[in-house]
Amino acid sequence: MVGGLFIIITSQNYLKKVVGLAIFQTAVFVFFVSLAKVLDGTAPILTKMENAYSNPLPHVLILTAIVVGVATSALGLALVLQIYRNYETIEEKEIQSLELKSDK
Amino acid sequence: MFDIFLDDAAALVVVLPLLISAIIAFMPSKIWPWIISLVTLVLHLVLSLHLLKEISISGLIIYEFGNWEPPWGISFKIDGVNIGLQLLFSIFVLISTFYSRKIFLSEIDSRDSGKAYSLWLLAIGSLNGIILTNDIFNLFVFLEISALASISLIALGAGQNRKALLAAFNYLIIGAIGATFYVIGVGFAYAMTGTLNMNDLVIQLAQYSDGQLAIFAGMSFMLIGLMVKAAIFPVHIWLPPAYSYAPSAVSTLLAALATKTILYFFVRLLYEVFIIYPSYLSLFLDFVLYPLSLLAIFIGTLIAIYQDDIKKLLAFSSIAQIGYITLAFSLKDHSGITSGFIHIFNHALIKGGLFMAVGYFAILYKDRVTLSSLRGFGYKYPITSFALLICGLSLIGLPLTNGFISKLYLFQALYTNQMYFSIALVAVSSALAVAYFWKIVEQMWFYEIKFKSEKEDAYIYLPIWIITVSIIFFGIYSSPIIEFSNLSADYLISGYQN
Repeated sequence: MVGGLFIIITSQNYLKKVVGLAIFQTAVFVFFVSLAKVLDGTAPILTKMENAYSNPLPHVLILTAIVVGVATSALGLALVLQIYRNYETIEEKEIQSLELKSDK
Repeated sequence: MFDIFLDDAAALVVVLPLLISAIIAFMPSKIWPWIISLVTLVLHLVLSLHLLKEISISGLIIYEFGNWEPPWGISFKIDGVNIGLQLLFSIFVLISTFYSRKIFLSEIDSRDSGKAYSLWLLAIGSLNGIILTNDIFNLFVFLEISALASISLIALGAGQNRKALLAAFNYLIIGAIGATFYVIGVGFAYAMTGTLNMNDLVIQLAQYSDGQLAIFAGMSFMLIGLMVKAAIFPVHIWLPPAYSYAPSAVSTLLAALATKTILYFFVRLLYEVFIIYPSYLSLFLDFVLYPLSLLAIFIGTLIAIYQDDIKKLLAFSSIAQIGYITLAFSLKDHSGITSGFIHIFNHALIKGGLFMAVGYFAILYKDRVTLSSLRGFGYKYPITSFALLICGLSLIGLPLTNGFISKLYLFQALYTNQMYFSIALVAVSSALAVAYFWKIVEQMWFYEIKFKSEKEDAYIYLPIWIITVSIIFFGIYSSPIIEFSNLSADYLISGYQN
């Protein structure tokens, strides 16, 4: 989780930022799934035997969150592509210096 | 025949825009997407009015999706807190959609108009979901749909200025971090309580009345995540570039409604759920939200004075105005919450009107509107300029405009809480608002350049004037807004006492 956040903050490359975001989000998904674990639990399938089973709800929530995460990454990558087409670079520093030049 | 639809009005106000948005996405036509959106939003308004009627009878609607009873199923809740906001939302999106057509035509490629309106409706539907939802995970989904739709809309501004791409990308990264923080908080809350329904959450949390570290951690994550999304100082940095480089119609929608709906949910979370930990809540309000609001008001206004680009100036003034709203909400009593809601309503109208007027100038000037480019516009385009003047005076808080009502109630709330320092600061920052608005007025009217007045487009100045007239109307006859805000505060406070 912290690793992903670290990448987002420190890296100068927009592509790496999107990847960092994906790592950050995945870490949170794993956190959710780990919440669902019940000791000695099995898959939540209704059988004749009465078992302890893991809580399925967090998995379902994360299924939704994964879809949201995919959409976020896709939009992020599309924006990076457009930025590259417009600026011919995706390095934050180079873009900033380009913008400073165009402002003058 | 329509009765079947009216029964599901609570769901339809969200589902209808989302559904239509999928239909119009690939329409090649220039005008049909706009007409269909407009019809959809008229229906949306009808449904909202129906909800208002139902609320005035029953006082509370809980809509269960798929008839799954809460706390298992997802539910929408409409009560006194959000019905006023729902109505404002419905009316404003209709006006801004009417306004948006000519603006979109001149700012984006006309072949993209179907896609633009598809995203537009997507943003509207999901923002409306934020207003109505009663499920904390469902909120995250709506939050992300609205964020992604608005990011795409902001990126449409790239045809005008390529900086829009950078603004959209920064919003995406910062917004996604905020949303993920919120989800971490939801995870903690779910781990401790096993529920996602807000009403059930309150009941379940009561068993940990002494407080648990995991719950406090979860609450903090949720609040920080929402603060990022609502652009509360100092996590507002995505907002000014995003608003100023977006196409003008999009800035109007986002500035007026996007942050407001999230602020509304922020308050509901604070006063409906987290209120069962009074010590934590007052710690957060007194030592986090209150000082940050004061800083936001002061710094937002100061930065706005030094802006040359008008849209950026308005965006920084939005930061300050969000500061006023959170300042009011940090007061934890009835008068504070009421004045916060009053300012949510009034600021949505004021900023909407201002961004509409400036957006029209932008397409007339065919470039970014800076201070010097406005020179003589007061004579050149008198109709729109006069509307801009009234909206601006309302932003400052002059009597006879609704901004005055906001300031009046805010001062009253601060006075009853004996926060004289904040009163002084709010007064000073209102005076500073005069400074930045005066710069605009000076450029528009006080230069002796003879301009003939040119013909203005009725399709554009009509919606601007509807907003402007409503600003004056609610400045003189302010009881509807005050009643709705009072109702919201009543509902939130009654939860507080239980």
